[in-house]
Amino acid sequence: MALLQIAEPGQAAAPHQHRLAAGIDLGTTNSLVATVRSGRAETLADGQGNHILPSVVRYTADGVVVGEAARRSAADDPLNTISSVKRLIGRGVADVSSLGSELPYDFVRGESAVPRIRTAAGEVTPIEVSAEILRVLGRRAQDTLGGELSGVVITVPAYFDDAQRQATKDAARLAGLHVYRLLNEPTAAAVAYGLDRGADGVHAIYDLGGGTFDVSVLRLHRGVFEVMATGGDSALGGDDFDMAVAGWILEQAGVSRGADRGTLRHVLDQARSAKEILATQASTTVDVELPTGRWQGSLSRAQLDALIDPLIRKTVHTCRRVLRDAGVSPDEIEDVVMVGGSTRTLRVREMVGEFFGREPLVDIDPDRVVAIGAAIQADVLAGNKPGEEMLLLDVNPLSLGIETMGGLTEKLIPRNTTLPVARAQEFTTFKDGQTAMAVHVVQGERELVADCRSLARFELRGIPPMVAGAARIQVTFSVDADGLLHVEAREQTSGVSASVAVKPSYGLTDDEITGMLQASIEHAQDDMQARRLVEERVEAQRVVEALNAALASDGAELLNTAERATLDQALQRLVDTASSSGDADEVEAAIKRLEKDCEFYVERRMNSGIRKAMAGHRVDEFAQEDGSKAD
Amino acid sequence: MAVTLTEAAANRVQSFLHSRGKGLGVRLGVKTSGCSGLAYVLEFVDELDDGDEVFEDHGVKVIIDRKSLVYLDGTQLDYGKEGLNEGFKFNNPNVKDQCGCGESFKV
Repeated sequence: MALLQIAEPGQAAAPHQHRLAAGIDLGTTNSLVATVRSGRAETLADGQGNHILPSVVRYTADGVVVGEAARRSAADDPLNTISSVKRLIGRGVADVSSLGSELPYDFVRGESAVPRIRTAAGEVTPIEVSAEILRVLGRRAQDTLGGELSGVVITVPAYFDDAQRQATKDAARLAGLHVYRLLNEPTAAAVAYGLDRGADGVHAIYDLGGGTFDVSVLRLHRGVFEVMATGGDSALGGDDFDMAVAGWILEQAGVSRGADRGTLRHVLDQARSAKEILATQASTTVDVELPTGRWQGSLSRAQLDALIDPLIRKTVHTCRRVLRDAGVSPDEIEDVVMVGGSTRTLRVREMVGEFFGREPLVDIDPDRVVAIGAAIQADVLAGNKPGEEMLLLDVNPLSLGIETMGGLTEKLIPRNTTLPVARAQEFTTFKDGQTAMAVHVVQGERELVADCRSLARFELRGIPPMVAGAARIQVTFSVDADGLLHVEAREQTSGVSASVAVKPSYGLTDDEITGMLQASIEHAQDDMQARRLVEERVEAQRVVEALNAALASDGAELLNTAERATLDQALQRLVDTASSSGDADEVEAAIKRLEKDCEFYVERRMNSGIRKAMAGHRVDEFAQEDGSKAD
Repeated sequence: MAVTLTEAAANRVQSFLHSRGKGLGVRLGVKTSGCSGLAYVLEFVDELDDGDEVFEDHGVKVIIDRKSLVYLDGTQLDYGKEGLNEGFKFNNPNVKDQCGCGESFKV
């Protein structure tokens, strides 16, 4: 029979409806998959009991090898063995050629925008290489959980741009995985330590992986993580420690820089194991086979520290800069979370602890902490947790709103609102008997619709005819955890409704978002002016419409020809001013003037209205009615 | 009427309860649905409901509502591995027929 897991109270799923979810840490050097079983998040092992999957893919004529076996063959078959592919994913050919001198691969020279690597199994792209790694992890999760995955959360560095994120999602799709969400690595680490359930405060996440360094300052506010600042170096990590040690070995052995690829790989492997041994021992021996012969020597921890200190100092400088960006001092940091295998190097813990003035958190295996956080998040997104434990971790990058009369934007969901979110606002009709309303959904910070980005348009039809301003149309914006926006307009009395769903962030790069924000700040003053002008124009139009409607109903009865001519003239003056003037104050003054000009008419209308209502009654009847009300 | 746990199952339940940080024990139950009539329920318990029976085996509290007990009397909860997958198993003597995957059954 099927093997069962223990569910939260009241959450036992019906048969065949378990929603299996996993978190994947797709790392530069190593990757992991984790899941939540019976309430506990843990990384998953392969058949041999290994949790860590080296992010190395070897292409051979007979097939693809992923993981440890591929890594071992790297020294013998460097051209077909792709490692650190995360450095290439989502990058253009131009970006890669700047890294190219360090990477021992045979890049295809061509016009394609995506870098292609020539291997024994044909040309491959970084997306395809990443997909191979994801496929192995996905299969491991399915074998372990005994069923199809309903979705995964994949972690990415906080600084990944839109192209890199999109490429990561493409790789997942290629591997047959549904991505619930990409999660920033520092946020995942904070979630793994349960910092999201703790008291509000500021935390630093120091992530030194194999190939990348990333430090983020997160502020936890009412269960929500806000990234205050982030910084790092996408080309600094444990690999560079190995590189430094390998350089030292080659120097000691008297080998010039021009070592061939196979030799370099071999020396790098030896350098890495020496570094790992020195995390627990004071010294170790190094033994390498070089073209010039065998070289043996010893490396002490002090020597290692001297080799890598400049690299660690670079990370500490970055920490200082990021704290400055965040506007906090080191002693305001509550917790420092250590992430990434390179934080096992004792010297790293020492220098980071010194800088922040506190012991960093190292209880959860620094290699697994990100995957564990991703698994916890995936479990929540799969709907396996009661609602109140829903984690709110993302914000919408730009405000969402609708167009109102005169081309103004009315923001329903301001930027930086945490997701998921739903907000509703009531709107009304502008004209008597209006039966339809166009809803134009826009995104951006500017006051005028023309300066914002149009997301969708739809029409609400079948509004019952009513006087202007009487209809109550509720417009609801809801954005789900994936950032999918759903807009519904519903007329409250009749219940007619219309809706649309859009993906607001689609096709927007971070640069574009930044550009849109920048523009809104630069144009804040102009925008306010423009908004006031439009508002006054709309008001002028409303006054003109109301006056015209009144004149049509009783103008002939209450006004003589001369009076009518004066009013028509005043009316025309406002119409002209509103359409020609670019000054909100002028339009406002014109409205006031018209209101003054037609005061006598308004008065007459009121009197006539009262006369009509009172016709056939005596005054004391009203007094009596008033009296009875007072009783 | 009784329900028991194997030692392996008891150890796992203890360990899961410990890492969860709260909970009285584990609830065994049945509910209608599934492809073959009834389905098992396996949940953590934070508070007892009316009509719950509590058994204790290997130091673990097993909570069952009386209605489910009729279908589960004599059941032994086990913990096992199948390849990479591991989890709990109901060894229920009352089962006459079950669906291919064993997630639901008939008595």
